[in-house]
Amino acid sequence: MYQYDQYDQAMVDARVEEFRDQAQRRLDGKLTEDQFKPLRLMNGLYLQLHAYMLRVAIPYGTLNSRQMTALGDIADKYDRGYGHFTTRQNLQYNWIKLEDAADILADLSKVEMHAIQTSGNCIRNISSDHFAGAAHDELIDPRPYAELLRQWSSFHPEFTYLPRKFKIAVIAAETDRAAMRLHDIGIQIVKNEAGEVGASFYVGGGMGRTPMIAPQIREFVPLDQLVTYAEACLRVYNRYGRRDNKYKARIKILVHEMGAEEYTRQVEEEFAHLLEQGVEPPLAELERIKPFFADPAFEDGPKSIDRSDPDFALWVDRNTVRHKHDSYVSAVISLKPVGGIPGDATGDQMRLMAKLAKQYSFDELRVMHTQNIVLPHVKIADLHALWTELEAADLGAPNLDTIEDIIACPGLDYCALANARSIPLAQRISENFAKNGRTEELGQLKLKISGCINACGHHHAGHIGILGVDKKGTENYQLSLGGSEAEDVSLAKITGPGFDEDGVIKAVETVTDVYLETREDGERFLDTYRRIGMTPFKEALYDK
Amino acid sequence: MTSENLHSQDLGASPDEVQFRFRNDEPADHGTVTVDACCDQTNATAVRIEPGDDARVLLPFLDRLALVEVNFPTFGDGRGYSAARILREAGYKGELRAVGDVLIDQLSHMRRCGFDAFAPDKPLDEEDARRAFEGFGNVNQSAADARRTIAELRHE
Ligand code: HEM
Ligand code: SF4
Repeated sequence: MYQYDQYDQAMVDARVEEFRDQAQRRLDGKLTEDQFKPLRLMNGLYLQLHAYMLRVAIPYGTLNSRQMTALGDIADKYDRGYGHFTTRQNLQYNWIKLEDAADILADLSKVEMHAIQTSGNCIRNISSDHFAGAAHDELIDPRPYAELLRQWSSFHPEFTYLPRKFKIAVIAAETDRAAMRLHDIGIQIVKNEAGEVGASFYVGGGMGRTPMIAPQIREFVPLDQLVTYAEACLRVYNRYGRRDNKYKARIKILVHEMGAEEYTRQVEEEFAHLLEQGVEPPLAELERIKPFFADPAFEDGPKSIDRSDPDFALWVDRNTVRHKHDSYVSAVISLKPVGGIPGDATGDQMRLMAKLAKQYSFDELRVMHTQNIVLPHVKIADLHALWTELEAADLGAPNLDTIEDIIACPGLDYCALANARSIPLAQRISENFAKNGRTEELGQLKLKISGCINACGHHHAGHIGILGVDKKGTENYQLSLGGSEAEDVSLAKITGPGFDEDGVIKAVETVTDVYLETREDGERFLDTYRRIGMTPFKEALYDK
Repeated sequence: MTSENLHSQDLGASPDEVQFRFRNDEPADHGTVTVDACCDQTNATAVRIEPGDDARVLLPFLDRLALVEVNFPTFGDGRGYSAARILREAGYKGELRAVGDVLIDQLSHMRRCGFDAFAPDKPLDEEDARRAFEGFGNVNQSAADARRTIAELRHE
């Protein structure tokens, strides 16, 4: 895992002091709230419905046990004993006092963490494949490239007041586990015909009120030009992205209005110019970063599992994923207990996950964009012991990628922008399917809930998506079908008129019934929907 | 930057009061014209860029320009940072002045993008500004200033 050197540490420490200074100037009245707001946002501090929310960056979703322990301790010391893992592979604390914010940042910096650029119209935390370095199907580990881009994007002097926030994802496998094409820039590390490693650039994806899938704008950027190409993409956006309307300010709108071809032409022109300016970091820097992500010392061991305990066997089937070393698996810790709040973990649970990572996974954890935690490298021989401890801490739910593994945004329980509640809906749906026992039969089914059109809960990319809308002052939910964030990326389509809370829960059951009745061999819900189209689902929902 | 050449000045004649200037030459003593006018008037030596202007149309005239003002109507409109870098990348050596809603927390980034004079709408606290200009010490990106990046320092 990447470790700070004195330069990285000095930068984060300086930032903590700068924030103290800014907060002080706000308190002294030298800054108005309007002037202070973008500064606190640059440090991930939001004002929500009931309190301040602090968003902590977890670069490319990777952290070690010391960091996870610190996150748990902060939850206990400054929050109400829990934190919320987000679809951006970050962590949010929901109950923060302004007076404590600088102290929390100082605690974070002691474990090489921060909240820098987790909000504001700047380049946000860079996300990646949660199985990076462990996946059996990846070309190489994408994280060194994500780290290079993290350094480049930190305090970028030209790109700190962009038209809107900017999100980058980097993957290096054909299987997309990071919703790469739903980012402002999605990068896939690839090999060209000559066998050289480089980067494919996809620009202009996003969710929000106008979801778009990013088109590819460059098939292959050589690795020693990666940062320069990203800089060109950003400069064209900074200059020409819309600033007249914040709902049209994301790069997806620019690429859409300008046309991908014209945008690409301008980027290429800027790229040619910037190549002459020499903005690329020395290639030696990439070489310095790479060893931090080298394989840990894997050992050969047993490759088969004693499945005599059926509960354990189910968890193994559901929550463990093939590893590149055949004596290991990646184990997913579900933060979706039946009836629980998706993505929430208590301080005790965080410390336990940290301990288990140290014991069983070379001291490493990952945050998934589906709001779960991964222990990336677990010996098959250790699985039963691991599972036993997880079970005891209510962390053993065997439901990865099932209908119980719901993504849900904070919604009306926390968020000032919400139309409707997301969390209670997720809780009721997971309880419902746990009760009717159909979870297992339904197989892979990605259900995603957002409390408003901003789409923090990825509803556009859900096999089933639910969107909270405001209908004459009452909560109302729109249902949509057929989205995917993966390599078969697609945007979900709305079924028709919305439902109230009970109605939408019933509607989810109805569409799963249609699937079970009409599926063919091996089809997932999404495959069936793609084969038979919307009509049979609509009929079942609305023609009673 | 050395702290000796950071000093406050009141230029009087200029429509915008320059509070900080990092140059030793004489400031331009007349007002600026718009980008359009600058392209038409062959004798204009001072120009003002608004956020929507394309800084690149000035490139043919850089030799005769002594002052380019870049206006920030609101601090959140970051187009001026790109305009500044583009001019410096093209070899512009004259004064590059940030005017408008210029606040403490933008100073170090502006400096990195090539601004060497600052005329904030509201005068800034000198002490806060001095600290801001000092910035974070080391930097991650190569920009319009000549500072060596952290990556370069790591691999000396
Ligand atoms: C509660 C405080 C939050 C606020 C005020 C907030 C606000 C917003 C807004 C305004 C947008 C739309 C941006 C646009 O389309 O230009 C957005 C998008 C998004 N947010 Fe949040 N959000 C919050 C919490 C979260 C949480 C908890 C997550 C993760 C679980 C999250 C992840 C995202 C994602 C993934 C998107 C959409 C993807 C995209 O950028 O296109 N947000 N958020
Ligand atoms: S989707 Fe809407 S309600 Fe949910 S967190 Fe985002 S802004 Fe808030």
